[in-house]
Amino acid sequence: MLKVERMSKHFGGVYANRDVSLEVAEGELRGVIGPNGAGKSTLFNLIAGHLRPDAGSISLAGAHIDRLPPHVRARRGVAIVFQGARLFAGMSLLQNVMVGAHARSRAGLVSAAFRPPAQRREEREIRTQAEQCLDRVGLLELADRPAEGLPLGQQRRLQVARALAGRPRLLLLDEPASGLRAAERTQLADLIRELNGAGTTILLVEHDVGMVTSLAHRITVLDLGTVIADGTPAEVTSDPAVVKAYLGTGADHAAHH
Amino acid sequence: MSEFVTYLVTGIALGSSFALIGSGFVVVHRVTCVVNFAQGSLAVLGAMLSASLLAGRLPHVVGEAVTVVVCGVVGVLVGVIAIGRRGTPPLISLIVTLGVSMVFSAAIIWLWGQDPVSPPGLDGFATILGAEVERQRLLVLVVTLVAFAALSLFFSRTYVGKALTASASNPFAARLVGIDVRRMGLVAFGLSGILGGMAGVLIAPSNALSFYSDLPMALGGFAAAVFGGLVSPLRTLVGGLGLGVAGQLTAGYLNGSYQTEVALLLMIVIMIARSRSFAHEEAK
Repeated sequence: MLKVERMSKHFGGVYANRDVSLEVAEGELRGVIGPNGAGKSTLFNLIAGHLRPDAGSISLAGAHIDRLPPHVRARRGVAIVFQGARLFAGMSLLQNVMVGAHARSRAGLVSAAFRPPAQRREEREIRTQAEQCLDRVGLLELADRPAEGLPLGQQRRLQVARALAGRPRLLLLDEPASGLRAAERTQLADLIRELNGAGTTILLVEHDVGMVTSLAHRITVLDLGTVIADGTPAEVTSDPAVVKAYLGTGADHAAHH
Repeated sequence: MSEFVTYLVTGIALGSSFALIGSGFVVVHRVTCVVNFAQGSLAVLGAMLSASLLAGRLPHVVGEAVTVVVCGVVGVLVGVIAIGRRGTPPLISLIVTLGVSMVFSAAIIWLWGQDPVSPPGLDGFATILGAEVERQRLLVLVVTLVAFAALSLFFSRTYVGKALTASASNPFAARLVGIDVRRMGLVAFGLSGILGGMAGVLIAPSNALSFYSDLPMALGGFAAAVFGGLVSPLRTLVGGLGLGVAGQLTAGYLNGSYQTEVALLLMIVIMIARSRSFAHEEAK
């Protein structure tokens, strides 16, 4: 489904990603972990299209996407949930999700302006579909509330619903657990497991190692911009290089305090 | 009394054209954060073009409609020049639109000369409260109200309208769901061209426009848009009408040459009065 090949990105003389390769199979739930500064965010932004790689390539279902702008990648089926609030203020939850579904609809400017029957039918379908997406993330009863002022956990789930409305081939999650309370984390982990169980391919970039090891089929571990391990959660957590990377930063961390 | 009604109707007509131009400012600013100073030039272009087309025997309505469509296309071209290059900062784009409006002035002198032009409009007078008012001036208000209603439906009902609203609300998130935010910016420029063109077509039959009318028209529209905080079309309508009436009353009872100064003064007063709420919006 997603194939990243020998991708590099440097800022000045510092490599944020160096020869990073990973392959995510259809239906897989892949985790990406790494200590602070490992290059997780860079990798994420390269796949999302907010950064251009200096070398290497990214392909989705066999087609290169590394030169496409973010909105085109979104239309090709790469849906993204960022950790920051990326919602449309001034719109209801349902409207937020409907925008996500609209972007996939093929309605043109003219037909939309005149609203012939086909257009109205599509509008109804989009509405129903958006409601289903809200239902899947457990926010249907809040559909008509304004999106601003939602608690963080619900904001994340709303973003997931909006991403689902675009019928993504690949769902990218950027540190979805950060800032959430324990109960919200559990809810979110259940949601991610459920979505993957229903067939959505997911790439989960996350700081919370426990959450990733409990969810992911396979895990890619980054450190200092390179892949240091790639395997099942059990393989990765017992890998000496991974232990060293985490203990190493842990020791640095301790030394600073 | 009849004198007052005449000033009032004249002011409402001129104010309607300010409101149209102002809503063009609002549409572009909401989506792109750019203040498009070529807005006034598009009103002038609308006046000139409709005069030529109608003199060339195109029937009414068709001549005006063609003019407005051409202004929309020119609006998109202005957008391509101003925001076409990825990552152009809004302030640079603003300077670009100022430059474009100067080029427009030159082009308009070259094509139509320096004299004020007034295309034919709706003939005849209507009597309101004992005052004779040109029917054209009433038409300006009616068409403006229809245009604002259509604009509001466009934003709430169509996919493109919703995509524009989404781009204005959160451009980053809009890109995430697959909206081409830059193209939406160009759509906004096209809309502002249509609105500017309409303003010119409608007001020129009663207030002749020349190549140097672009600045007063842009200032009037901008003052109206500032009244709407550069985000609210409805308050822009109210601001435009208020400004038009205030300007005409000043012209009627004091001195006709103070109109632009009144617009500027009102704009400054509004900006000072609203500066706190502006700061609040910036902080968001």
